[in-house]
Amino acid sequence: MQEIQSLLGGFAVALSWFNLMLMLAGIILGVIIGVLPGLGGANGVAILLPLTFSMAQQPGGATSAIILLSCIYWGALFGGAITSILFNIPGEPWSVATTFDGYPLGQKGRAGAALTAAFTSSFVGALVAVLLITFLSPIVARFALRFGPPEFFSVYLLTFSAFVGMSKGSPFKTIASMMMGFALAAVGIDTVTGQLRMTFGLEVLLKGFDFLIAVIGLFGIGEILLTLEEGLEFKGTQAKLNTRVVLETWKELPRYWKTSIRSSVVGCMMGIVPGGATPASFMSYGLAKKMSRDGAKFGTGMVEGVVAPETAAHAAGTSALLPMLTLGVPGSPTAAVLLGGLMIWGLQPGPLLFIEKPDFVWGLIASMYLGNIVGLVVVLTCVPLFAAILRVPFSIIAPVILVICAIGAYTVHNSMFDVWLMVLFGVIGYVFKKLDYPLAPLVLALVLGDRAEDSFRQSMLLSQGDLRIFYANTLVGTITTLSLLLLFWPVISMGIDLLRGKRATNLDKE
Amino acid sequence: MQQEKAVGSVRTWEIVVAALFLAFGAVVVWDSRRLGAQWGSDGPQAGYFPFYIGAIICTASIINLFSAVAKGSRDAFVEWGQLRLILVVLLPTLVYVALIANPLYSLGIYVPSALFIAFFMRLLGKYGWAKIAAVSVGTMVAFFVMFEIWFKVPLPKGPLEAAFGFA
Repeated sequence: MQEIQSLLGGFAVALSWFNLMLMLAGIILGVIIGVLPGLGGANGVAILLPLTFSMAQQPGGATSAIILLSCIYWGALFGGAITSILFNIPGEPWSVATTFDGYPLGQKGRAGAALTAAFTSSFVGALVAVLLITFLSPIVARFALRFGPPEFFSVYLLTFSAFVGMSKGSPFKTIASMMMGFALAAVGIDTVTGQLRMTFGLEVLLKGFDFLIAVIGLFGIGEILLTLEEGLEFKGTQAKLNTRVVLETWKELPRYWKTSIRSSVVGCMMGIVPGGATPASFMSYGLAKKMSRDGAKFGTGMVEGVVAPETAAHAAGTSALLPMLTLGVPGSPTAAVLLGGLMIWGLQPGPLLFIEKPDFVWGLIASMYLGNIVGLVVVLTCVPLFAAILRVPFSIIAPVILVICAIGAYTVHNSMFDVWLMVLFGVIGYVFKKLDYPLAPLVLALVLGDRAEDSFRQSMLLSQGDLRIFYANTLVGTITTLSLLLLFWPVISMGIDLLRGKRATNLDKE
Repeated sequence: MQQEKAVGSVRTWEIVVAALFLAFGAVVVWDSRRLGAQWGSDGPQAGYFPFYIGAIICTASIINLFSAVAKGSRDAFVEWGQLRLILVVLLPTLVYVALIANPLYSLGIYVPSALFIAFFMRLLGKYGWAKIAAVSVGTMVAFFVMFEIWFKVPLPKGPLEAAFGFA
C-alpha cells in the first residue's frame, strides 16, 4: 500500500521535537480560542496566520506552519464543547447541538461524564475522518489531475450550489450573501486584462478585499457584538474531571457504537460536500434522537446526545480538509483560511500538491493523527484551567479580544486601512447574523472568487462563449447536473411539500 | 421606560438590508458595464463575470425585498437596552481604531490598546487604577515581546515606543 508508505514518511516529518512542540502550542491556543467568545476556529487561525509568514520561509517551514495552524483548528473544535457543557454557551456554532444534552448533564452533576464523552467522541470522529483523508485523498487527487478549467468550474459550482441547497434559511439570502463575496473578490486589478474593477478611483481599494480581514471582522467583531446582547456575565457549572470519571465514562461509551458510526458517516459526508460541521452536528443529533431506544429522553441529559453531535462535528471539520488539499476547494470557513495560508506561503493547493510537495501533504496528514491524540490528552487533563478562562470578567476579556482582532487585521498586509475594514465587516457580520444571512458562503466566495472566475473565463475561451462546454463530457456533465440539482433543491423540495403537505398546513391553521 | 423600546422591527431592517444589497448589485452591474461585460476581441472582457454576479445580487435582493415586505417579522430587531450595551463597546472601538489608523497622526498600536483596555476595565468593571494599570500595561508588554521580539512581526509604533528606542 503506497498510502501507508507515504504516511510513514509523513510521520518522519511530523515527529520532530520542533513540530511536536508546535502541535502542543497549537492545541492549547486552539482550545483557548474555542473557549473564548468572539474567537473561533476561522478567525483564530486568520489572526495567527501572519505570525507564520516568516516561519514558512525556512526550508520545511511551511509544513511546521500548517501543523501549527491545523492544530489550532483541532483545538478550537475540542474547545467548543467545554463552554457548551459547562456554561450552556456554544463556543462555536457546531457546538450548539452539544448544549442540548451536555448542559443538562452538567446540571445533574455529571459534567465530567459529559466532557469525557464529548472529547472522546470528538477524537473518534476526527480519527475516522483522518483515515478517510489518508486513503481517499490520493485517489481524488490522482483523479483531479485530469481536470481542466470546465471541470474545476463545475466543482466550484457544486460547492456553492451545496450552500444554497442545504441552507436552512432563505435560499435567496444565501445567494445574496455568496454573490456579495464574489463581487468583493472582483474588486481591484483584474488579473487577465489589468483593468481596475470597482475601485472608483480609491487607492485603498486597489489590492481588493482580503478575506482574512473579512473573517476577522465577520466572525470576531460580529460575534462579540452578538454576545453583548446577552449581557456581560457567564454563569457556569464547576468542572471536575478525574481519572475515575474518565474511565467510567469510557466503559459506558462502547454502548453507543451505532451512534458513533452513524455520526461519523454523516460528518464525513457533510464535511466533504461543503455543508460544514454545524449542519452535520444537528443532523446527527436528530438522527440519533430518532433512532435511539432512549430517543424520548434526549434533551434531559443523555450521554448519547453528546456523542452524536460531537462525533459528527469533528468528523466534518476534519474531512473538510480533504477537498481543500486535493481540489483546492475548502469545505468550511476554517479550511478556507488554511487554504489562504497555503497560497500566501507560495503553495498551490490542488491535485499537483500531492506530487510536488509530498512532504508537506503527508506531514500534515500525519500531524492530524498526532494532533488529535495530543488534543485528547490536553483537554482531558486541563479542563478546569480552560474553564477558568471564562471566569475572567468580561470587562477584561472583551477589550483584549478586540485588541487581538485589530492586531490580527493589521498584520495581514501591514495596512491601517484594513483595521477600519475589520470594524466595518464586524457591523455587517452582526446585522447578517441577526437577519439570518449566512456568513460562510460569503467568506468562501471571497476566497474562491478569483479562481472560480479564472476557470469560468478559461472555459469560455475554450468554447468561444458556449455554455455547453459544461456538458461536454460525462465527468463535467455529471458534476454540473449534480450542482444544478442542489442549486434548485429548495424549489424542488418546496414542490414536493406543496404536493404533499398543503392539506396538513391548512389543518394547522384551523 | 426606554429599555423595552425596540429599535426598528426585523421587517424594517430586512427591507433596509435588502435595499442596500440591491444598491450594491446595481453598482456592480454599472461598473461592469463601464468596463465592458461583452465578448471582446480576445475573449471575455473584464466586466464579463462580475456583470452576472451583480445581476444575480439584484435579482436575489428584489426577491428578499418582496418577501420582507410581505411576511417580515414584526419582532424587535434589537432592544434599546441591548443596543446601548453594543454601542458602549462599538463607539470606543471606533475611537480606538481612529487612534491607531488615521491620516494625520498615529499613536501606534500599543498605546491605544492599553488605553482601550483600561477604559473598559474602568467603565464596565469599575476596577481600581492599580489593577487597571497592571492588566492593561502588562498585556501590551506581553504582546510587544511576542510580536516585535519573538515572531519579528513589526506593528505600528508611536511616540512612546520611539522614546524607548524602538522605531
